[in-house]
Amino acid sequence: MSSTTAPPPSANATPAPGRSLSAWWQATPLTVVFALFFLIPLALILMVSFWDFNEYELLPGFTFKNYISVFDGCGNMADMCTTFRTYLSTFKFCLMVWLITLVVGFAVSYFLAFHVRSSGVQTLLFVLCTIPFWTSNVIRMISWVPLLGRNGLVNQTLMQMQLVDTPVEWLLFSDFSVTLAFVHLYTMFMIVPIFNSMMRIDRSLLEAANDSGASGWQTLWNVIVPLSRTGIIIGSIFVITIVMGDFVTIGVMGGQQIASIGKIIQVQTSYLQFPLAAANAVILLAIVLMIIYGLTRLVDIRKEL
Amino acid sequence: MEKRSGSFWPLAIVFSLFVLFMYGPMLVIFILSFQGPEGGLTFPIRGLSLHWFYKLAEGLGVVDIGAALRRSLGLGVAVMLCTVVLSVLAGLAFRKKLKGGNALFFIVVASLIMPSIIVSLGIGLEFRLLDTGIKALLGAFGMDDALEGFGTSLGLFTSALGAHLTWTLPFGLLIMFAVFNRFSPSYEEAARDLGATPWQGFRHVVLPLIAPSVVGIGMFGFTLSWDEIARTSQAIGDVNTLPLELQGLTSTVTTPSIYALGTVTTIVSFIVMGVTLALVWLLGRGRKGRASA
Repeated sequence: MSSTTAPPPSANATPAPGRSLSAWWQATPLTVVFALFFLIPLALILMVSFWDFNEYELLPGFTFKNYISVFDGCGNMADMCTTFRTYLSTFKFCLMVWLITLVVGFAVSYFLAFHVRSSGVQTLLFVLCTIPFWTSNVIRMISWVPLLGRNGLVNQTLMQMQLVDTPVEWLLFSDFSVTLAFVHLYTMFMIVPIFNSMMRIDRSLLEAANDSGASGWQTLWNVIVPLSRTGIIIGSIFVITIVMGDFVTIGVMGGQQIASIGKIIQVQTSYLQFPLAAANAVILLAIVLMIIYGLTRLVDIRKEL
Repeated sequence: MEKRSGSFWPLAIVFSLFVLFMYGPMLVIFILSFQGPEGGLTFPIRGLSLHWFYKLAEGLGVVDIGAALRRSLGLGVAVMLCTVVLSVLAGLAFRKKLKGGNALFFIVVASLIMPSIIVSLGIGLEFRLLDTGIKALLGAFGMDDALEGFGTSLGLFTSALGAHLTWTLPFGLLIMFAVFNRFSPSYEEAARDLGATPWQGFRHVVLPLIAPSVVGIGMFGFTLSWDEIARTSQAIGDVNTLPLELQGLTSTVTTPSIYALGTVTTIVSFIVMGVTLALVWLLGRGRKGRASA
């Protein structure tokens, strides 16, 4: 798991003996899988997003109809169109989840990397944090139901303490429960890369900062945060791309009432409106790529300063 | 660093709360799945029983849980085997001079961070266009019987397998990179100097050394496939895997049976993790034993 930032070994390790011919046949099966199930599908999405369709079949052609219908009514400034509203809602979730997972993930990684002294305990606690990643996301979502539901544990407690008279309704199937589930599911994607970056920080730098009279906060802000930057960026890319394309978490935890781009694509696919779904996918992909590009630029700019 | 610094206790509390946050809800549905027959979706517990597990075995509504479970197990094993073999082969390839290696690495990472709904939509689209093509071909050759019998090329071991591999292979390859970054080529050189063929060098020298990581890749392959929803959703056709059925059931089932199902799938995940840990431990012990002998 400490692998997320590892470059291809060929870049820095001594090349093992072998001919490039045998390297090629060894890499071929993997290449074929990604060509068949990743590159070609992406190309098809782009192609079909310009196709026409009727109730029965896809009609090859070249039309901007689908893109136009995605942005139908978006010229009207007073009343926001569905597409903009949906993106706005998704961005809101993105920002919230990103901020929370970043702070929580950073704190947890910091504790593991700098406060746990025995490496055995460190490994144990790290594994403890990552085990839920290997269990079912849907189960982890519905496990909030007995806690947050109308008659759930939280409401029972609040009623017993007479803090509220009627059950709190916004705990489940709301923006709150969606955000909570995202944080619950995906903080792991922040912890692993940030922890990995922190473990690579030379401990003598911290001593040097301490000897030079830096306070704890100064060391944190001027030494640890910049040196954990790669991990922070990688974690951010993971969390943001997952939330941007999500439809499962928003569906289950939002009680199928909250819109998201992923959900629009899913619904359009189920009605076999592939060209429309493809156009939405192309737009989503473009936005996600821009965000990733911005995030990676953040690294370079800081390096150049 | 002798004295605990001031931030130790606050952060220790944050960490403990985080672990509670991670495991608390899971523990709750584990407990609630043993509700008595009169019990509901929330506390209080009304007696302890296996009632809801029996209900689960009888099937939930129209959903055949057993069949979905078998499908998911089969697919998980297939994904696991493919992930292990392809990741190890590609890992070996990347150690050598590999033209286009950087482009391939970029594609693999792109697949990892690509929103799953897009991958899923693309694969679904690809196989539907393939269906159209096959039907046109069958029609053109006048093979009407075959055309009648042809349903779709979308399926568990075609499109769904591919969709899962786009998610598990990046993890497998990254683990292989991490392994080979710390792997000294001198072992293989020694083997070769002693007259071993490349296959013998791999089979008797490299493979035993990387075995624990290979087992780890297998675990990633199985558990990620076992729980996968987003990439499967548009790319599977008529049948459903267990997590997809589960996702559908969340809005229709209002009995603790759904918790029982959660407990069952989580137990499968934990068994796989336990077997992995045991294997890694055994392999590590075997290596130490040989080293000291």
